[in-house]
Amino acid sequence: MCIGIPAKVIKINGDMGKVDYQGVQRETSFMMLPEAKVGDYVLLHAGFAIKRLSEEDALETLELIREMLKAGEQTDER
Amino acid sequence: MKDNVVGLDHGSGGRKTARLIRELFLAYLGNPILERLEDSAELPSDRGRIALTTDSHVVYPLFFPGGDIGKLAVCGTLNDLAVKGAKPRFMTAGFVLRAGMSMDALERIVRSMAEELNKAGVQLIAGDTKVIEKGKVDDCYITTTGFGALEHSKTFAPERMEEGDVILVSGNIGDHEAAVLLARGDFGFEHKIESDIANVWPLVERLIEKDVDVKAMRDPTRGGLATTLNEMASAAGLGMVIREQDVPFSPAVKGAAELLGLDPYYLASEGRLIAIVAADHAERALEVLKAEPLGKDAKAIGEVREKPEGLWLETLLGSERPLLILEGEQLPRIC
Amino acid sequence: MSVELEAILERIESDSTLTRGMVEKLIRDVGKPLTLMEVCGTHTHAISKTGIRRALAGKVRLLSGPGCPVCVTSDADIDRFIALARMPDVAVTTFGDMLHVPGTESSLAEQRDAGADIRIVYSPLDALGMAEKEPRKEFCFLGVGFETTAPAILATVAEARKREIDNFSICAAFKLIPPALRMIAAHPDLAIQGFILPGHVSAVIGSEPYRFLIDEFKKPCVITGFEGADILQAILMIAGQIKEGEPRLEIQYKRVATKEGNKAALKIMEGMCDVKDSMWRGLGTIPESELKLKEAWKDFDAEHKFSLPPLEHRERFDTAGCRCGDVLLGKIIPPDCPLFAETCNPSNPLGPCMVSSEGACAAYYKYER
Repeated sequence: MCIGIPAKVIKINGDMGKVDYQGVQRETSFMMLPEAKVGDYVLLHAGFAIKRLSEEDALETLELIREMLKAGEQTDER
Repeated sequence: MKDNVVGLDHGSGGRKTARLIRELFLAYLGNPILERLEDSAELPSDRGRIALTTDSHVVYPLFFPGGDIGKLAVCGTLNDLAVKGAKPRFMTAGFVLRAGMSMDALERIVRSMAEELNKAGVQLIAGDTKVIEKGKVDDCYITTTGFGALEHSKTFAPERMEEGDVILVSGNIGDHEAAVLLARGDFGFEHKIESDIANVWPLVERLIEKDVDVKAMRDPTRGGLATTLNEMASAAGLGMVIREQDVPFSPAVKGAAELLGLDPYYLASEGRLIAIVAADHAERALEVLKAEPLGKDAKAIGEVREKPEGLWLETLLGSERPLLILEGEQLPRIC
Repeated sequence: MSVELEAILERIESDSTLTRGMVEKLIRDVGKPLTLMEVCGTHTHAISKTGIRRALAGKVRLLSGPGCPVCVTSDADIDRFIALARMPDVAVTTFGDMLHVPGTESSLAEQRDAGADIRIVYSPLDALGMAEKEPRKEFCFLGVGFETTAPAILATVAEARKREIDNFSICAAFKLIPPALRMIAAHPDLAIQGFILPGHVSAVIGSEPYRFLIDEFKKPCVITGFEGADILQAILMIAGQIKEGEPRLEIQYKRVATKEGNKAALKIMEGMCDVKDSMWRGLGTIPESELKLKEAWKDFDAEHKFSLPPLEHRERFDTAGCRCGDVLLGKIIPPDCPLFAETCNPSNPLGPCMVSSEGACAAYYKYER
């Protein structure tokens, strides 16, 4: 329902700043994400940063998928 | 449903444009040559094979990264000749200008036309200028007509395609439309995307010279790669499958498309060649294309097949989804 | 550190060994076919685009819920937007998806073709920028969206007040997701066994507003991201819950969605809006499912500023044979509707699900026929 893109923060100046996604940059409001810092990845929606992406949690997702697939292989062997 | 007024969708190059052409233009003006609906028409002539095409250019803004309306007006028409295998020879141009347009801007446009024409060795042999009062039109529209010669005995047409033929593209897809869309400035993006406008004749000429078995060619303009391949598949009554992992996009074009919710398979290019070649010529065709600066990123992206008809995309996870022709103008979306 | 995150995101996005592996696992492990609903329209698109729906055919039936704020905007709301667009000296600014949504007699696209000043923007902030540049013209932004988008538009209104840009207003028709889910879950002959919940709405509201789906309706729920790998993992998680017979509210999209959500965004919505009953296209009236600007913000409310007549609730779709209501409820899939692809298609959409390029019917038309 809502296009959200994980973009990298490259500038912050008060409420406003700039993010980069694949070399495309856009003025972004950090009004709803005052804790964001340059270098963070944030979810960009309609010109607003609405969430800081967590690296630990992204890694956990990847690990969980790997585990699920491993569990699948074991079933095969049995 | 019949439309009461002309809408922007009728100019999108998608389904609505196709219907307008079929239900109005062909209904009144149709004949066996026009009805082929090819990029350019091969004319009956006893003095060698000749081809003719015409195209109007209304791009806004007039200047954008990588080009301007003048360069587009020349290359767009050269390319319509090239994909039929016709070496471009002569061109005519009609200008519709707005009173009050900057003369400097007009000069820049004409200069860029001259540059492209000189490079291509094509002469502008007739022209027309009309000026319209302020407020009625944008600054400048250009209609060009191109005249080319087929100096060989080959025919390039979708009807020649067969199961197993390989689909090649000469480079990244969609840069032109992305550059123009973002140059309008409405979306506040900063980027380095440049239009890919170029005359593709040098690529075609090389393929002909090297005697590659090319079945059909197109340039993926309005409606993008997806619409163009659909038109080819439907003209041939065959199916086509292209692979998501092989279709080349620049990261920035893909990124901009994602940000705006646009499907990059429908973004226009103005300097790219699609060539459908016999399977046993595919490797050589790629070599020939890659040897040219304009074709250095050429890739094989898929194959022609008997069934199912239409255009299909093999996705990264190995499933397939149909890519239909563009419905109407693609609009940026939030959802 | 961010270099690492980029690499992880890249793998989640395009490592096909993961997605192919999960598809194989689902096909192997799922016995009796599952019926799930993806609530969010962006999920609907992703499922079609990645080919997941086709890849899991016969094993997992994925129904598309009411998850597109554009396609559930009622025709009465569209008529209001059109009335605004017809006013002299008013520029209507909007997200692009609104243009083809039909009102009772016309659409914004038709109005634009007829000369109305309708401008498509990427962000409501851009609409505010236009208002600042052209102070003699009124700029009205069409406030359509779920909980993800509403705070962005409301924050723009707050910014307009702060910068004293008084030629800016919004015409609000914000919709709320949990009340719609309650209506769907409460439906007596519902076949849905589990919900793939919207990741970006959850980034704002957190996970707790969905708790009733577990407590009251015992439906497995997973808040899900938008890459193919995210969606497949969520389906595996729901399949696991069904197998264990223990419905839970899980978050697959942990890198973005949390229990608490975005407090600043929630505060903006609470502070600036009242909750009202709302007319949903295809679904009818849902209690307490819409946000309207509070009285204190009436200077920025187009309804007040332009004295728009009160909303009349009409639904022509119910009488035209359109079955979008049943599609949204997951009772039928789009091809089961007699109008699908016949009189109703993306060039000439009748119902809400065909209107939005992300609507369930449009997605089916494009990708599944």
